[in-house]
Amino acid sequence: MARTFMKGSEAVAEAAVRAGCRFFAGYPITPQNEVPEYFSRRLPEVGGTFIQGESEVASINMVYGAASAGVRAMTSSSSPGIALKSEGISYCASARIPMVYANFARGGPGVGSIQPAQMDYFEATKAAGNGGFQMIVLAPSTVQEAVDLTVKAFELADRDRNPVHLLADGVIATMMEPVELPEMMPEEKVAEIRESKKNWALVGHPLDYKNRAWIQPGQWITTKMQECNEEAAAMYESWKTKDVMVEEYKVDDAEIVMTAYGISGRIAKSSVDILRNKGIKVGLIRPITLNPFPTESFEKLDYSKVKAILDVEMSIPAQYATDVEAVVRKRCPVEKCLCSGGNVMSREAVLEAVMKIAGQEA
Amino acid sequence: METNLCVAGFGGQGVMTLGKFLASATCDSTDKNVTFFPSYGAEQRGGTANCYVVISDDMIGAPLGDVMDDLIVMNGPSLNKFIVTLKPGGRLFINSSIVKDKIERTDVEIVEAPVTELALEMGNAKVLNVIMLGVYVGYTEVVAPEIVWGTVEHKLGSKPKLLPLNKAAFDKGLEIGRAARK
Repeated sequence: MARTFMKGSEAVAEAAVRAGCRFFAGYPITPQNEVPEYFSRRLPEVGGTFIQGESEVASINMVYGAASAGVRAMTSSSSPGIALKSEGISYCASARIPMVYANFARGGPGVGSIQPAQMDYFEATKAAGNGGFQMIVLAPSTVQEAVDLTVKAFELADRDRNPVHLLADGVIATMMEPVELPEMMPEEKVAEIRESKKNWALVGHPLDYKNRAWIQPGQWITTKMQECNEEAAAMYESWKTKDVMVEEYKVDDAEIVMTAYGISGRIAKSSVDILRNKGIKVGLIRPITLNPFPTESFEKLDYSKVKAILDVEMSIPAQYATDVEAVVRKRCPVEKCLCSGGNVMSREAVLEAVMKIAGQEA
Repeated sequence: METNLCVAGFGGQGVMTLGKFLASATCDSTDKNVTFFPSYGAEQRGGTANCYVVISDDMIGAPLGDVMDDLIVMNGPSLNKFIVTLKPGGRLFINSSIVKDKIERTDVEIVEAPVTELALEMGNAKVLNVIMLGVYVGYTEVVAPEIVWGTVEHKLGSKPKLLPLNKAAFDKGLEIGRAARK
């Protein structure tokens, strides 16, 4: 298939449309304004609806509404904007509404900076809103992967009746790279997903009190609320065995194992061969799903051979590293190569950090 | 083989477009990996703007490197800011119409082209970036000149009136770039 040279934010929007997304609501924020811009042009072409909401809060609730009616729906923003959406995200999770939202993360905390960062890891994986709900969190490291994972996100959301979170960053949003786009989903399939696969959706069922559709972000009866949470917890647990996605690169004989996700993941990966040419046995574990976490990749390491794990992350303090430390359980040191605030990880810094562990001069 | 290029200048000089033309040409007509990454402030015109293009046979890590193989500077502030990133033996392309500073470094190849003046002579100040693109491609041949022109032609497809001027600008640049190689 032909390669198209596309900006990450536009590629994600096009992939969503091709995956059957027919509703987008959002509110502008750098560095992802091309996402709503693209949808605003593209959705009317396929009979979809684009709304620039009056705020992030309004936008996420519009998505909540559209997705409740069974439409594949999406919103996107960047770090501070995602924080504003957290109430709606939690409501979608509680009401078990499938929707997809993307965070093209920038420096934080607060308004932070408009440049790329990875400072929303905890928010994405631990507490994207109140109430302890979870989502599958997908972390693309290339524009192609962002496209592929956008399609996957809609499939997973519908499968689970749960929000799915695409956690990208400002580099992925603004960079251009060759991509192969998926085929356009035929309109019949789009309609079929909405009409026959979502018997829970509010599509105007006949007035039948017994069988009516009912969307509810919470339960008034505590026992019922507990049942809902138990059911959700069982689903979260099931992801651990069936939905982990991870790339392992030259880990088998590695004495130093780098680990990084998203944009840092590709920068670390591009360092592996440079370091191997210097005689350093290094590999990379790159989670593609941040939740579920790729525990097995760390469990199966031979800790008699692995000298250290190096976390490469655009967050100070480190966040992803705490999950790595939790699974490594002090079987080897977890070193860190960090930057933050909008600075993009430098490959030179990664090379230097690995060489320092290996006892070589940079 | 990986080439890291930084193109820097004032907003409005067509710095992003230059980078995008080159990167798109690479995507359209080769099997190489290529990335384009823009970097600019909130302003559209008058501020500084720069972009990075990475062209590689292998996978690309960061779309913006720390060390540049090639550097195109369209104005004085860009020279001062980015000259330190150019690797020893790197190639420096200068808009000599407005960059008048003496280059202190002696460990880099320098190609000078007065693209602002040349563009004005051609009757349209805006084509300075296409001249510089020609200079760069003519000197480096990182992508074949015909392929790059093909992409420019395609991108300007909706404005056919502009083609002859841009073709002349590109060819002028190629000529300067090729002459500098010798």
